[in-house]
Amino acid sequence: MDDVLELTVAEALRRIEDGELTAGEYFDAYAEAAGGDELGAYLWTANPGPTATPPPPESETRRRRAGDSLRGAPLAVKDIFCTEGIETTAGSRILEGYRPPYTATAVRKLADAGARLLGKTNMDEFAMGSSTENSGYGPVLNPWDRERVPGGSSGGSAAAVAGRVAPWAIGTDTGGSIRQPASLCGIVGLKPTYGAVSHYGMIAFASSLDQCGPLTRDVTDAALLLRAAEGRDACDSTSVGIDGGVELPSREDLDGLRFGVPRELSAEAEGIEAGVSEIFERTLGKIRELGGEVDECELPHAAHGLSAYYVLAPAEASANLARYDGVRYGLRADADADLIAMYERTRAAGFGAEVKRRIMLGTYALSSGYYEAYYGRAQRVRTKIADDFRAAFERFDYLVTPTSPTVAFKIGERTADPLAMYMSDFCTVPMSLAGIPAISIPAGLAEPDGGGAGLPVGFQIAAPAFDESGLLDAAHALERAIDFDTRPPGVRP
Amino acid sequence: MISEEECREAAELALDQLPLWVREKIGNVAVIVEDSHPRHLMGIYDPVGGVQRIVIFRDTHPNAAEVRKTVLHEIGHYFGMGEEQLQARTKMFCGCELSFGDRPNTHTCPVCLAHPGVLPVINEQAVRYALQIALALESEVAPRSIFHRKNYFYPDNPKGYQISQYDIPLARGGWLGDVRIHRVHLEEDAAKLTHVGESGRIHGSATSLVDFNRGGTPLVEIVTEPDLRDPAEAREWAQLLRTTVKQLGVSDVNMEEGSLRCDANVSVRRAGAEQLGTKTELKNMNSFRFLERGIAAELERQTALLEAGGQVEQETFHFDPRTASLTPLRSKEYAHDYRYFPEPDLVPLAPTEEMLRHAREALPELPAERRERYEAELGLPEVTARQLAFDAQLGDFFERALAVADGVEPGVLANWVAGELSAAQRHFGPDGREVDPAHLVAVARMVVEKRITHASGREVLHTLIDPGSSVGDPEEIVKARQLAAVSDASELEAIVERAIEAEPAAAEKVKAGNPKAIGPIVGAVMRETNGRADGGEVMRLIREQLGLD
Ligand SMILES: [Zn+2]
Ligand SMILES: [Zn+2]
Repeated sequence: MDDVLELTVAEALRRIEDGELTAGEYFDAYAEAAGGDELGAYLWTANPGPTATPPPPESETRRRRAGDSLRGAPLAVKDIFCTEGIETTAGSRILEGYRPPYTATAVRKLADAGARLLGKTNMDEFAMGSSTENSGYGPVLNPWDRERVPGGSSGGSAAAVAGRVAPWAIGTDTGGSIRQPASLCGIVGLKPTYGAVSHYGMIAFASSLDQCGPLTRDVTDAALLLRAAEGRDACDSTSVGIDGGVELPSREDLDGLRFGVPRELSAEAEGIEAGVSEIFERTLGKIRELGGEVDECELPHAAHGLSAYYVLAPAEASANLARYDGVRYGLRADADADLIAMYERTRAAGFGAEVKRRIMLGTYALSSGYYEAYYGRAQRVRTKIADDFRAAFERFDYLVTPTSPTVAFKIGERTADPLAMYMSDFCTVPMSLAGIPAISIPAGLAEPDGGGAGLPVGFQIAAPAFDESGLLDAAHALERAIDFDTRPPGVRP
Repeated sequence: MISEEECREAAELALDQLPLWVREKIGNVAVIVEDSHPRHLMGIYDPVGGVQRIVIFRDTHPNAAEVRKTVLHEIGHYFGMGEEQLQARTKMFCGCELSFGDRPNTHTCPVCLAHPGVLPVINEQAVRYALQIALALESEVAPRSIFHRKNYFYPDNPKGYQISQYDIPLARGGWLGDVRIHRVHLEEDAAKLTHVGESGRIHGSATSLVDFNRGGTPLVEIVTEPDLRDPAEAREWAQLLRTTVKQLGVSDVNMEEGSLRCDANVSVRRAGAEQLGTKTELKNMNSFRFLERGIAAELERQTALLEAGGQVEQETFHFDPRTASLTPLRSKEYAHDYRYFPEPDLVPLAPTEEMLRHAREALPELPAERRERYEAELGLPEVTARQLAFDAQLGDFFERALAVADGVEPGVLANWVAGELSAAQRHFGPDGREVDPAHLVAVARMVVEKRITHASGREVLHTLIDPGSSVGDPEEIVKARQLAAVSDASELEAIVERAIEAEPAAAEKVKAGNPKAIGPIVGAVMRETNGRADGGEVMRLIREQLGLD
């Protein structure tokens, strides 16, 4: 049965269809594995067995419409998604014990398509972080090297999928929170176009950037998951879905496709490790071998992406996190104090340091007298970056960069240096600001600077808005050529 | 929530139990049961290609009785009843029903309680209503207006920000009466706080209770230009605004219930000064009377302050109607930096051509227009035109009377409606019977034709309204009460002759050139006729008989 944990979801579903595996066996194998998770990847897991946990509410009508394509496949869900009756904390102590009265649209759609909730995964508090060390419930360990971080903020989802305690997972990506941990854990992570998947029930960090997406072992699974999750949702005015849906990828070559390499996010970027550069170059070679053209390109404003991001995202977060005030749900510290003291003590006790830092940054950036200089200017940078991408996509079908400048770093290595931590998202933030889809696929192993065993390196491919099907196809062809073994050393036979 | 099977059964049962004629009329109706609607609606009537479909959302139905109600509601749609007639009005960004006076916290959902992860969705009906208000104020609707977040912490503000409009409001400019409109925007209401304890304010109260029923109620904020010059004018204008909005049918506009609220910005300046003085803001004036009194009190305060050589500080006052006093709000409670920024959860509000057309078509004749028409086309004096136009009930009665006037002059009818009818209605209050406009026209006609005197006409009208009198029509009342005027010329001449004989002293004085002395003679005539003689005719006969013409 151990074999089951090595299957991609698409393979498992085929076996279930062929009668070689039952949905119950599949779920139970993972429920047991998740229950024995040693990575700190989960905050809550389902029990094995048919009736152990009630699946999110679903109806025959919806199920028929969704086609029951996922046949009971277990699904790990980042704890940022509300699940009715099941504790949902977004990695924060301020929401400890909070049981939402409703289920997020993305989770519900996946459940309607037949997925079963396997567990809620650990994460950086309110998705603020790049290492999952900011969780209020302890860190997550990278299955490739347990002394290292899995990346973040969807670190629990990434570690669970890579560590074989989940077949796949959903996460959220605001500035790189799906792609960067996927890269550090050697799996596939896709941030869809802004608006492709509903935000409803996804606890907001930076509303104009947050996007739900899959973390999977291969590109086909990513397509399978996105296909079930995407769609316009009347509960989310910003959602539009993907016109024409998502096709499962089948492409095996890259003939005639043009790949641009933005200088600002590769050769000229600061802090890219030598090993990462080497894998990146080797992957460009693979693209050429598959018939793709590779050429250098420019994204003149991309290097300012991180600065703009660290104004806009905290600004939105400062408002989004105002509701955690101790009045209606979640933590309430010192209920006997007067109102202002209760607010202050609740938020002081409930939020971690990084969350407080960003609330203060954002509050400052929106203050009268500073609004134009910070928020206004950052918005203009954002527009320029989107224009840069638009211009680049006139010459190129896809743009490629390293996903993360480095391989997984040591736990504690960057916690004292927020700026070093923020640099993790240098290559992923510009796509978030432009709202375009981008995928990270594992491209090989590289030694960290300073030496040591090889660790996964991710390769990022970005596409024009709503070209998810094309992006997945290209990633699929490249994935075949790279032929990366996603099994961390610990789980190899 | 009700199970899917139960829901379907209840819906089908409700359909089966419809009267036969209804079932024949609607034909086959398919019932679709869904889990939930994003805006937490109960049901949708959805005719698709000639097939009647009723969609019921389970999550808003605790039991079969509620399902039945929804089915009947949706059948109402089939018979052409609009949402306005059928659907409860809902909050600005969620599907919760609006309420007043219901049990606290019974009209709430994850969205208006600001649970983690929820998102606002603009209530299209509220936008349609707001468009009607904007158009009624001749305000220019923005092709795309933007919602902003207005950030502040308070227990009545569950998200920590209020969704409002800031630099690009729904509409700008316009007029109501002779006051310019600055802007019209949409926002959501705060929840209701009750402070238990002595101070009645959050500081120093033992407990504060929050009722989220009101939280999220759609609000239209209307800001005028500084065109109002005194407290009475402000009150009158606020009343005109209320009548206008009431006529649109988009709100109860009830000040006591808080569906019309008014903040006043008040400033004074020396005569001849060009610049407006520093303004203060008055809050919590929950009646027209308090509005007028609050402004008057603040004008007095500012004037005294300036005359004593002081300066007006920009601050906000709370008006206490019990003591008619102004208390400055503690700076902590209002001196906010609201940190406005565009609401990322919503897309710009772009009213469609269809929405604008509907809003335009739904506009009834509004008070300002009506007054103008009464003056220009009917030649009514300004006071009467204003009275009829600004009191929608009276005005509508006048319209109905005009429709059956059949030759009675509009000016005459207007005087009867604005004068005698309005006074009589006030006299009898809510107990008074409703008057048929045709009856009022009949009374006015009888007076015009001198069949009865004006005073008799008033008596007939009172009899028509008096709940204690037996119902009748004007002719019957005139007959029963013998109110018919003395119309026989020779009979009246004889009475006048006798009256002059009875008052010789008065007759001498009149003859000597003192017309005011005629009173006693007229009095004698009226006594004898029981007031049924036409005053003008009596005067004419007296002067004639005294040889004055
Ligand atoms: Zn309805
Ligand atoms: Zn609600």
